[in-house]
Amino acid sequence: MTRTGPRLAAAAAFLVFTAACGSSSGGTVATDVGITSNQILLGNTIAQTGPAAAYGTIANAENAYFTYINNQGGINGRKIKFVILDDGYNPAQTVPLTKQLVEQNQVFAMFSGLGTQTQTSVRDYMNTQKVPQLFVATGATTWGLDYSSHSWTLGWQPPYQGEARIYAKDITTNHTGAKIGVLYQNDDYGQDYLKGLTDGLGASASLIVDKESYDVTATSVASQLVKIKASGADTLFIFATPAFTIKAMATVTAIGWAPRLYINSVSDVATYMKIAEKAGAKVDGAISVGYIKDPTDPQWANDDGMKLYRTVIANCSTCDANNGFNIYGVAVAYTMVDVLKLAGSNLTRANIIKIASSQLNESNPFLLPGINLTTTSSDHFPIMQEQVIQWSGEQWHLQGSIIDERGTIK
Amino acid sequence: MRFLTRAPRRYWVVALVVIVFAGLPTQVTSFQSLEWAEVLIFAIVIMGLNLLVGYSGQISLGHGALMAAGAYTTAILVHRYHIGYLATVPIAGVLTGLLGFLIGIPALRLSALYLALATFALAVITPSLIKRPENLTQGVQGILLPPPDPPDWASSLFATVTGGPAMTSDQWLYYLCFAAAIILFWVAWNIVRRRPGRALIAIRDGEVAAAASGVNVAGYKTLAFGLSAFYAGIAGSLYGLATGFVSPDTFPLSLSFGLLVGAVIGGLGSIAGPLFGGIFTFWLPIMSSQFVQTQSWIPDQVASVFRNAGPSVTYGALLILIMIFAPNGLAGLILSGYARLRSRLRGVGERTTGQLPPDPQTV
Amino acid sequence: MQEFLQQVLSGIASGGIYASLALALVLIYNAMGLVNFAQGEMAMFATFLAFTLIGHGLSYWIALPITIALAFIGGIVIQRVVIRPVERAPVLTLVIVTLGLATLINGLAGFLFGYLPQSFPSPFSVQTVNILGAAASYRDLGVIGVSAVVLVLVYLLLQRTTLGLAMRAAAFHPEASRLLGVRVSWMLALGWGLASAVGAVSGIMVAPILLLEPNMMQTVIIYAFASAVLGGIESPLGAVIGGLIVGVTVNLAGAYVPGVGGDLQLAVAFAIIIAVLVLRPSGLLGRRAVRRA
Repeated sequence: MTRTGPRLAAAAAFLVFTAACGSSSGGTVATDVGITSNQILLGNTIAQTGPAAAYGTIANAENAYFTYINNQGGINGRKIKFVILDDGYNPAQTVPLTKQLVEQNQVFAMFSGLGTQTQTSVRDYMNTQKVPQLFVATGATTWGLDYSSHSWTLGWQPPYQGEARIYAKDITTNHTGAKIGVLYQNDDYGQDYLKGLTDGLGASASLIVDKESYDVTATSVASQLVKIKASGADTLFIFATPAFTIKAMATVTAIGWAPRLYINSVSDVATYMKIAEKAGAKVDGAISVGYIKDPTDPQWANDDGMKLYRTVIANCSTCDANNGFNIYGVAVAYTMVDVLKLAGSNLTRANIIKIASSQLNESNPFLLPGINLTTTSSDHFPIMQEQVIQWSGEQWHLQGSIIDERGTIK
Repeated sequence: MRFLTRAPRRYWVVALVVIVFAGLPTQVTSFQSLEWAEVLIFAIVIMGLNLLVGYSGQISLGHGALMAAGAYTTAILVHRYHIGYLATVPIAGVLTGLLGFLIGIPALRLSALYLALATFALAVITPSLIKRPENLTQGVQGILLPPPDPPDWASSLFATVTGGPAMTSDQWLYYLCFAAAIILFWVAWNIVRRRPGRALIAIRDGEVAAAASGVNVAGYKTLAFGLSAFYAGIAGSLYGLATGFVSPDTFPLSLSFGLLVGAVIGGLGSIAGPLFGGIFTFWLPIMSSQFVQTQSWIPDQVASVFRNAGPSVTYGALLILIMIFAPNGLAGLILSGYARLRSRLRGVGERTTGQLPPDPQTV
Repeated sequence: MQEFLQQVLSGIASGGIYASLALALVLIYNAMGLVNFAQGEMAMFATFLAFTLIGHGLSYWIALPITIALAFIGGIVIQRVVIRPVERAPVLTLVIVTLGLATLINGLAGFLFGYLPQSFPSPFSVQTVNILGAAASYRDLGVIGVSAVVLVLVYLLLQRTTLGLAMRAAAFHPEASRLLGVRVSWMLALGWGLASAVGAVSGIMVAPILLLEPNMMQTVIIYAFASAVLGGIESPLGAVIGGLIVGVTVNLAGAYVPGVGGDLQLAVAFAIIIAVLVLRPSGLLGRRAVRRA
């Protein structure tokens, strides 16, 4: 940093000088910390080592999209510089790293920070500092729900509770006699899903005959699944991270059980389904919901959005194009760029958060057709539409039409 | 003034270090003060670990769990019972100390190897243990702690000295940690050069011989555990305040591990070691993920290799290398380097008067 | 009743996993009175080697012996390069070195192979058999079967061969062995090689069940510690029995002990470790008092 400091200062001085001399350029530009005449500085904390390191590639994919945009000339002549710091999924690291990005690197905004505990740990700070904490990479419901008390923070992906409500709707309309067993991770992630399912079932919540939790330190979830099976359940919800979902599905088959399977969208990547099949799981007929295009799904092979994704992801040498996390990263970066473009000449933190939280109306080429990102002055969940999908013959098949859950979570 | 000139040279070094650390926040940004506050917090807990491992010869791979106990004591007292945060720091220390004392009793029956095993397991299960009593710890939601405001006197004093803006809460936190570190290092220094310290070293170097010379082996070993936990509790409490948020993920296995690495690299069985250890434990992960990235002369491919291989490879390699080549850590290296330099400067004559270079301490 | 049986059976299946790694721990302990904290990571790394070989088109049955041989050599190299310089140091130093090794190997694997879980082939089918109304897959039974075979092989090597005798002698009476012409240091290296090879078998057997990723063994090692300690840390047979008991206990506690539930299973393993160490440090089959290196 120290090496580039003087050079940047010189460049800045030169630019001020030229701006003062030749004031012929059109229109005044309102800017803020982190914006120079040729650069927009964004910051990010994510786990690139440690237990959640698998998610680390998301930030690299986001950077690939920014590189793609920069190569096309950037946003109104400004190129995006994206600083990624590794917090190892530990909130105690996220706090100093975020403060470093805000106070030392002087970023314009934080973008797509990963993890519920980690991002919660800096939410108050970001809101006190009035620095946008945009599109955090977690589906906890609190981001959209508690917007009124934390108006500088916004999520992006569909909230876990909203997704679970879609499953509940499927049960109450198509499988009214189901006996439901739930396996969930004992953290905010699993609990959010469970709450959404219970709330969504409403009067039918008694259909849930057993719910068992597991800890991330578990090596096996057999004990829980045997118990759920013994409870007489004929329908199993797995609200787990990918590795545990695969293990759970394999265990279900290994204990000679064949319930109707529901798995959550975080773990429904086709690659994982195939791994589960190799591990012995019978997953045909499993139900999930989707909102994002799966790069391994042949039905998108000639899709324009998927072609664009493949072009973009080529900018990242370490990214596996078939990894679902990467298209997530590119999709959320697409929204970020959209917001910055919409801000036009009013590139201030306040304007950015205003656009993102209440004026968003975007059709994102990386999301399933028909899904629209929307925020209004009273709704701060950008993505609230998803579609039921069912696994058969080595791939997911879209079922029915897009389901809109907007306005149900209060 | 005679006593000043006659003071041993190391007193001057200590005074210099204290002055540098006291003046630090006036020279760096508010955010950097927070970073150095965390360095001091790590130094405190590593000092406690050093008392246990370096002096009494018992191992603990679970000091992250003790820090968690301290941090949660403060968080719960502040958040739930609205007790002033300052008062919670010593409470956290005492409660964690008692906990350590209790752990120390079964630990007496374990050999070093089994103690390592048991404390390692403790460090692994800490996050899941925290999640369970949800109404107390708020489970995975964690507990948010508001940043402490500096008192008026400190704020205005700081503004007067620097001639700048008032003190920020990060700077105030730094001074809290600084005060705690000074007191706790002074206490540790007094302990190790007096009777208890000599007793602990005697136990470390041979339990049977120590017992034969009338040392209460069991008593001192349990005491060492309690004392070490007291340090960890204070540090944990300050850690919670500095981070402003405590949650299960704040205390992963890698924290316990990083602390042990810090203690070993700083130098076990020395008073200066933990300070080096704190600096090392805090800065290594940050350096390994950031420094290389900002060096534009390093090719991107190499930089990304460094980032992905990350601190764990560096930790592991350094740990092994230090154990093999410099078992007394950085403090030991500096001491022996200084001794060698002095003997060279003074010539051989000095050596013949019977002054030997310091013995390498056994770990 | 059927549920209980199924819990026991699934517990035995997990127990097979713990037993196979515990066996490797016991071998190192027998070679030099040390618990190798890096054992799980070494096994994981060896499994990644097998994965890479298979990925390059080698068949499973060719990749398997190559990997075991590589692991054997790797174990010896690690002992020669990393352990030997601190061989005579206090146990604390050795523990720290193996911890360093564990984190080094884990980081290296993450860097070389990535963190995404991978599927790993298994020679055993995933078909299930019905035992008294409870189901078990051949794959789970296979892990136990292979552990048993490895146990027998280890027993034969240590008890029935001159080499095994020399290895045991070098571990328990290094000075006397040296006088009798046993190359003590090389015997220790062989012990590491052997443990590493057994660990590789363990990793290859459990990877299809646990999914191959750098953190695959991170919590398994705790269960393996519990198994080895429970069985009596110098007893190979004890490790296997301990593993099965730990697997079943953890499962049953999770299912039937209120307050444990699904999410404190690891704490049960921790409780087993503490209880055994405090109440009966020699474990179930251990004969001697705990020996310090």
